[in-house]
Amino acid sequence: MLNLLWLVPMLPLLGAFWLGVAGRRMTNRTVSAVGVGSVALAFAVALGTAFEVASLPADSLPVVQSYFTWLQAGDFRVEINLYLDALSLLMILVVTGVGLLIHVYSIGYMAHEGGYYRFFAYLNLFMFFMLLLVLAGNYLLLFVGWEGVGLCSYLLIGFYFLRKSASDAGKKAFIVNRIGDFGFTIALLLIFWTFGSLDYTAVFSRAASLSVDPADPGQVGLLTAIALLLFTGAIGKSAQLPLYVWLPDAMEGPTPVSALIHAATMVAAGVYMVARSHVLFSHAPLALTVVAVIGGLTAFFAATIALVQNDIKRVLAYSTVSQLGYMFLGLGAGAFAAGIFHLMTHAFFKALLFLGAGSVIHAMGGQQDIVKMGGLRKRIPATYWTFLAATFAIVGMPGFSGFFSKDEILWKTYTSTSLQPSWLLYPLGLGAAALTSFYMFRLLFLVFHGEDRYTPETARHIHESPRVMTLPLAILGVLSVVGGWVGIPPAVGDFLGLSNLFEHFLDPVFASSAALLQAGAMPHTHAEELGLMAVAVLTTALGLGVAYLFYILNPKLADTTAETLAAAYRVLKNKYYVDEIYDAAVVQPLHWLSDRIFWQAVDVRIVDGAVNGAATQARGIGQRVRYLQSGNTRSYAAWVILGAVIVLSYFIFG
Amino acid sequence: MIPVSYYVALSAVLFGLGALGFVLRRDVITIFMSIELMLNAVNLAFVAFSYAWQQLNGQVIVFIVIVVAAAEAAVGLAIVILVHRNRASLNVERVNLMKL
Amino acid sequence: MNAEVVLFFLFGGLAVVGALNLILQRHPIHSALSLILVMGSLAVLYLLLGAEFIAAIQIIVYAGAIMVLFVLVIMLLNAGEEEHINVSKLARYVGVPFAALLLAELAYFTYRWSPQMLVEPDRFVGRTAAVARLLFRDFVLPFELTAILILIATLGAIVLAKKDV
Repeated sequence: MLNLLWLVPMLPLLGAFWLGVAGRRMTNRTVSAVGVGSVALAFAVALGTAFEVASLPADSLPVVQSYFTWLQAGDFRVEINLYLDALSLLMILVVTGVGLLIHVYSIGYMAHEGGYYRFFAYLNLFMFFMLLLVLAGNYLLLFVGWEGVGLCSYLLIGFYFLRKSASDAGKKAFIVNRIGDFGFTIALLLIFWTFGSLDYTAVFSRAASLSVDPADPGQVGLLTAIALLLFTGAIGKSAQLPLYVWLPDAMEGPTPVSALIHAATMVAAGVYMVARSHVLFSHAPLALTVVAVIGGLTAFFAATIALVQNDIKRVLAYSTVSQLGYMFLGLGAGAFAAGIFHLMTHAFFKALLFLGAGSVIHAMGGQQDIVKMGGLRKRIPATYWTFLAATFAIVGMPGFSGFFSKDEILWKTYTSTSLQPSWLLYPLGLGAAALTSFYMFRLLFLVFHGEDRYTPETARHIHESPRVMTLPLAILGVLSVVGGWVGIPPAVGDFLGLSNLFEHFLDPVFASSAALLQAGAMPHTHAEELGLMAVAVLTTALGLGVAYLFYILNPKLADTTAETLAAAYRVLKNKYYVDEIYDAAVVQPLHWLSDRIFWQAVDVRIVDGAVNGAATQARGIGQRVRYLQSGNTRSYAAWVILGAVIVLSYFIFG
Repeated sequence: MIPVSYYVALSAVLFGLGALGFVLRRDVITIFMSIELMLNAVNLAFVAFSYAWQQLNGQVIVFIVIVVAAAEAAVGLAIVILVHRNRASLNVERVNLMKL
Repeated sequence: MNAEVVLFFLFGGLAVVGALNLILQRHPIHSALSLILVMGSLAVLYLLLGAEFIAAIQIIVYAGAIMVLFVLVIMLLNAGEEEHINVSKLARYVGVPFAALLLAELAYFTYRWSPQMLVEPDRFVGRTAAVARLLFRDFVLPFELTAILILIATLGAIVLAKKDV
């Protein structure tokens, strides 16, 4: 099955192509069959590959399959190659698996929407690019996938393109991403300049042999620059500070899109890319610190905004930004496996949360404001129970998947030797955990508990979603619960006799960096780990308790607190006015520049002036020269004589 | 004894006079005759040089030139007749339908 | 002072006079007759240079046929004296001086760089037989082509000048 690896990205591409070309005339059933079938087959191939790899000896990975040379110009050579190791295998399983579930869900969710075939075509196209991104064997191919998922994000956010807010959101996503991609491109150039190749195998082997000696600033400086520029791309793609502003607006797209692209997969591309480039990052400690700091700050910052949002999808969007911050915090602390672990569990529970939100919106007939919901748990129980499972997972309720992954990150942040400001980052992480617990339970309580705050017409409409939507919810619910059990930390595992399967699975991938980063590590006891785990659980319980107080016991308390802290409430509600600041500081000056300088001065005066001026000159010359052709034979005779004299003179005297 | 160069100089003078007539005169037929004068001057030069190099090729060329001049005169005069028919005048300035 | 010198200067002078007359006369018929004078003088000069055949051809074809054609056309069209309209400034102020300049330059040029060999009678004679030998052997292609050219010219002249009835 290994030599069928190329099928994994190609099957969705075929689906997208088929749907794009012939989808308009297909029935919804055919479209569903093609769209879901291609992903299902890709998932099957991925599973088959996983089984085959499992039976191979340990050091047969990574497998690089090179297909043909794409570009060659002098020393620069880029091939189309696929790189399979534990990390990319994990990613394709997550992407195709969660993707498949979301595709199935979409059959139900989008059943009554126009453009059904277009939706699945774009979704399949996205799957192709995402799989290409994670399977790429060199940075340029990664970048192709990177840009491609950005494109699909734009297409899908603006799916309801007749709505101005949707098309604006699509543009915003693409443009903000572009800013990050600019840094990424410069990083690619620097990588080629430093290592002479863009191929993973070549780059990583050459990088691994470089020294980390702080006394050699030049080399480390270059690597730091590369790493930071790569991370800039991740800031854009994975919605970190300061380029996160597109993700909340991206909620304009259909809910399955939010689930797949903006929760489970595309936004995780940045995390994947940093993990893949761990060799570069581990040789640039400063860059790792920056990653962790930005991740931690983003986690906290976004969580504060989520506290007061009233749109169900917006809360989840800011939650995604916050959780991505966690992943980067883990990566920055040198715990690459922990970051990826959280990526996987986050894919499960965040996709579930979004799909559940979609189910709620579907039931409420399009209503998205949680203030106008309430008490839905009796009306849509399947949605409620799965949503509850996902909420427990995200807040880190012990035993659920999120608990293990988040705890792993917090532990590694605390114990990291390479991370200087761990005194700042650990509290940030813990604080964000508390806030996460609060706003998630707030969401749960406001939507599903309490009194019914919706109108009677809506009440008549409320119904549970069809099986095609609730089945994926159920599967994701199970994964949210058990998905973390593969990564049980030693502190608990030793007790139970289980090992941290996940970390061992990814060990060979991060081996070279692990040695580098563990240098000078102090040993930590299991007691310390268990102690920190207890602290984390306590903060979760604290969040739950406060939320319960505010929204179940004493519902008026939330409003009075908002009035008392009116200024702070306003700032948070308006997302710290970041969009307005960006508009004033960046967008308006650019508009002015384009309008006054580039259009009126350069285009109209210089370019048009030159072109029109040339034409005017030609006309002027023509006006004057035309008198040569007077139509008078005698003047022609005179010209002949003149010419003859000149030539003759030249021959005699010249 | 006359040097050959005198013949050639005479040929040059005749040619120059022909050119002068060509730009000076307004009557089509006279212009045409100036052209014939130029051709004759050239013939004289060829014969002179044929003598100088002691080869008959020059004279063969003269023969050809005379034949061509004859053909040209025939057609040219036919055109002159046409011009007179169309413009009712033999003044070359009147042949000005292509004027700006 | 032998015969060749006298003949040369006499008929050379006549040729120049004829040419001057051609360009200075008002009525085309006078110009035509001057041209005949020029051609006759040239025939004599050819004889001085030993080109018998060419001299004969000059008289028969050029002076005898072509000029007759010219005179015929002048009489046919009843060409009168030239009008005095003078439209082309360029021809008057540029053409004429430059033509004069051309004349002077050519004269200078040809005088300086011509062979200084003296013309003696009977040194080199262009006998008809010799010329014919060249024409029909080495230059037979141009010869045949000129025959075709004459044919085409004849046809052309007829087609051009005939009246559409």
